[in-house]
Amino acid sequence: MTVTNVLKDPANCSMTISAEFDAPLERVWQLWADPRQLERWWGPPTYPATFTQHELTVGALVSYFMTGPEGDQPKGLWRVLEVEAPTLLVVEDLFADESGAPMEGMPATIMRVELSARESGGTAVAIRSTFPSIEAMDQLVAMGMDEGMLEAMGQMDAILLG
Amino acid sequence: MVVDQLSDHEVDRLFHALADATRRDIVRRVMRTESSISELARSYPISMTAVQKHVIVLCEAGLIHKFKQGREQRVVGRVDAVQRAQQFLDSYEQIWRDRLDRMGDLLGEPTPGGKT
Repeated sequence: MTVTNVLKDPANCSMTISAEFDAPLERVWQLWADPRQLERWWGPPTYPATFTQHELTVGALVSYFMTGPEGDQPKGLWRVLEVEAPTLLVVEDLFADESGAPMEGMPATIMRVELSARESGGTAVAIRSTFPSIEAMDQLVAMGMDEGMLEAMGQMDAILLG
Repeated sequence: MVVDQLSDHEVDRLFHALADATRRDIVRRVMRTESSISELARSYPISMTAVQKHVIVLCEAGLIHKFKQGREQRVVGRVDAVQRAQQFLDSYEQIWRDRLDRMGDLLGEPTPGGKT
């Protein structure tokens, strides 16, 4: 896996990260289509994800929760907006409340995943994340999303140094 | 604003937006205090329509933010906000780099350099 490009557009609240895998298209698509594989990479080791409902069809809801080091279990939801297996997936990633319903007033992230077979073999992946506004990003930082990231990065450094 | 982290297209938009003296002046003003579009129109010897056009260019470049307050269109400088967004996206990039690393591991394709 090689990250080939990262394009950040702060004025339009979006980021696109592109990567290349040696694995064929269908295999890479399974990382999203098979919930058991999805949960092995969606959350960081400190916050592994468990997908409780997963169907990639337009209009379907995909439900998951993450389990934190203190046993906390924040819930999330994807609303599936577009699917063209095995090349396109667009979902709205939402925060969910205890009952698993979308949480009012919380920022939604649009995630657009495009896969394509490379001529030389393997698969190119482009993932574009779009946030609703700069204010929504501030809200995510205030909620500790940033802190969680920093913590995960700190642990990674510790592992590398150890 | 961290110009070297913007795409070529964004840099073009930014420099185009700042290539006009009136637009530069509008940015300076609304960075200090927010203002309504009619207040801005009164400060320059140009029409309301011309001011609105400048405002659109500045909004598209991400330099100012336009919002409605009652019946008034108001604008406020946004450079700090764009800088904050840049910082946020820098952290967010790490989330996805880590996710892609884990995908690579699952596929038996460790990241070059051995960072997992």
